[in-house]
Amino acid sequence: MSLSAEALETQAFWRTAARSPSFVIGALLSALVVLAALLSFVWTPYDYAAQDIPNKLQGLSAAHWRDVFSQVLVGARTSISVALVAVGLGVGVGVPLGLLAAALRGSLIDEIVMRGNDLIFAFPALLLAILITSVFGPGAINAIIAIGIFNIPVFARLSRAAALSLWTREFILAARAAGKGAARISVEHILPNILNLLIVQGTIQFSLGILAEAALAYVGLGAQPPVPSWGKMLADAQTLVALAPHLAIVPGLAIIATVLGLNLLGDGLRDVLDPRLRRER
Amino acid sequence: MSLLEIEDLSLSIGKAPILRDVDLRLDAGEVLGLVGESGSGKSMTALTIMQLLPHAARATGRVTFDGIDILAAPEAAMNRLRGDDIGMVFQEPMTALNPLKTIGEQVAEGIRWHRGSNRADAEREARRMLDRVGLPEAQFPLSRYPHELSGGQRQRVVIAIACALRPKLLIADEPTTALDVVLQKQILELLQGLVREDRMGLLLISHDLAVVAEMADRVAIMRAGEVLDTGETARTLSEQRHPYTRQLAMASVHVPERPAHRPHGTAPLLELRGVTRDYPLRRRSLFGPAGTFRAVDGVSFTLAAGQSKALVGRSGCGKSTLARMILALDAPTAGEIVFEGQDLARLGTAGMKAARRHMQVVFQDPYGSFDPRHRVERLVAEPLHLAEKRPGRAEQRDMVAHALHEVGLSPSDMDKYPHEFSGGQRQRLSIARAIITRPKLIVADEPVSALDVSIRAQILDLFADLNRRLGLAYLFITHDLTVARAITDEVIVMHEGRFVEEGETAVVLERPRSDAAKALVAAAPDLSRAIAQRLAEAG
Repeated sequence: MSLSAEALETQAFWRTAARSPSFVIGALLSALVVLAALLSFVWTPYDYAAQDIPNKLQGLSAAHWRDVFSQVLVGARTSISVALVAVGLGVGVGVPLGLLAAALRGSLIDEIVMRGNDLIFAFPALLLAILITSVFGPGAINAIIAIGIFNIPVFARLSRAAALSLWTREFILAARAAGKGAARISVEHILPNILNLLIVQGTIQFSLGILAEAALAYVGLGAQPPVPSWGKMLADAQTLVALAPHLAIVPGLAIIATVLGLNLLGDGLRDVLDPRLRRER
Repeated sequence: MSLLEIEDLSLSIGKAPILRDVDLRLDAGEVLGLVGESGSGKSMTALTIMQLLPHAARATGRVTFDGIDILAAPEAAMNRLRGDDIGMVFQEPMTALNPLKTIGEQVAEGIRWHRGSNRADAEREARRMLDRVGLPEAQFPLSRYPHELSGGQRQRVVIAIACALRPKLLIADEPTTALDVVLQKQILELLQGLVREDRMGLLLISHDLAVVAEMADRVAIMRAGEVLDTGETARTLSEQRHPYTRQLAMASVHVPERPAHRPHGTAPLLELRGVTRDYPLRRRSLFGPAGTFRAVDGVSFTLAAGQSKALVGRSGCGKSTLARMILALDAPTAGEIVFEGQDLARLGTAGMKAARRHMQVVFQDPYGSFDPRHRVERLVAEPLHLAEKRPGRAEQRDMVAHALHEVGLSPSDMDKYPHEFSGGQRQRLSIARAIITRPKLIVADEPVSALDVSIRAQILDLFADLNRRLGLAYLFITHDLTVARAITDEVIVMHEGRFVEEGETAVVLERPRSDAAKALVAAAPDLSRAIAQRLAEAG
């Protein structure tokens, strides 16, 4: 027994992770999607931007499937990066703001942060997206910014509310009696204890992000043709759904697999990270 | 035939056995006390009678209530029984009421559901019941909401709900554990009166032998899912034929051995001068001045090094606010708190660090006072953050191991998480965390009131032992006079923010002079006094 605490921690983490079915399945699905996106950089069966008008509505067959597949592979890049970065932006800005507001509850700063959040919430998302694109031009990056900004108040409010209830707990009082400052307590005690909420919310926002990108692409504000995204593929297939249903079904399945994978991963991660749910040794 | 008969009741949840061969009997108009420590199966027995068990639970044996076989009764039949013929009072009055409904609605709800009466009749009945539990119409109209009531008043509402339909059986699961002693006495008297008037059977579940001795006609003592000893209260508790009964009785009156404190001629460790704390109240009108509530009102006292002092008073008297100010977690509105010769309010960051190092805290709730996501090593080492020079990894492990050893835990416990410990062990962890910086003063806020009697005796011993070995001074904040009696040299009685009486513990608690102190002493349940009284009544 000469393991350091960190080594013990890692060991316990993987041991519980391996036993959690949702973690394993979620991790596999998510890894598959990420691999597909990476694969598209080096290889796709067809050039995703090539056009072949006479054959465009042919159904799936042994001879004819790789064009949709190529698009799905490349689309993974856009959809996943837009959604992930947008969630990252929301978490990266929103959570510190929420923790700050909770640590300084009742103060002017708390008030400013939360009213700022209300402002963003109250502002129509599509309008802001149009505003951004009309200034900077349409594209995936601007879609990220627009979606990301709307993720900020979601995470700020969530973390503030969760942190507020933690601040009244005795173990926080004990940490204060040990002379720790608000910033340190927020990082050491509050953040790990609201992590499970953030993970769950993060997976939800991720799925919403993919859909939001699709919505923006639909009105021409997201990724620009010929760059495909799953959302845009769905939108393009909409009018042809009776003639060529596979054009909608395939990207739809890709979205479902990704969202499901991430949700399972989030669920699994939440359980694995909570020492109370671990059965170790 | 008895009102309630339980024969050979066994219960398991999943694969874990919870109850084994429980036999109990309760007649109409009788009070049966069910005593045991946490995990002994008392609450599970009550839930079996109500058929409110968790899903995976499987019960075998026989439970007969008023001629009905409870274990075989369908859910619809149980719904008719619950709240009508069987009433239940829960431990936590703060969470047992729906905060969005008025007290009138909540009392009337059961009457309308079970009797099918119309709203007006049900409300008239509810009014009558609230009058009976001591909530008269003038101050407590039906339109009051739970948040407008104090803890004791809420528990009265809970009792009114349980008794509104004159149940034949009332189950009270630790009905007074969350209340201070004065309220406890009032609630117990209320229950006793209701039981006598309506000839109800009362199953009183408690971990407190003294409460049961005062209330119950017969007792049953449980441990690990079995009834070990049962019989008439006075006989069972005075003869103590079963060793576990004796063990429990000894533990509830346990007083640790402690040498008397000899005050040194030096300056006091802690001195409070005219400390006051006001809290702003919500504004009544937009333009009127905001009022203030004075939680602590100009209190002064001194504590010498190595001295152990108790601060006793009813809940809401300001004692916890005072403790927070001493720990510099809250600043006084007026007055000064001088620790080791320095005014806490004037200390800079460095000075505060040094002061904090010498003054640590133990909280009441052994479950809430640890971050569930950290391991023991990190939790116990938390105050080391205050050390002048932060110890290295190996040194820190040594210090934690030493602190754990001091409180009777093993150094190998360092790599566990708090949920792997029992309540008593967690309170030891709390103490380990408090002594790791070698403090001179420990402020303990109700440190044993969440613990079982035998665990509580051990923790009191530990406090006494650390006082002797490390020369620690204690300030115990408590409403429990047995704790004050067991472990302190001097006691201060606090009432509505002021100190109303102070002096040597034995003197104040034997011959209280102020009304507040007299009320506390009279209300405190006392095991030997209760037994003597019962024996005298029996002749």
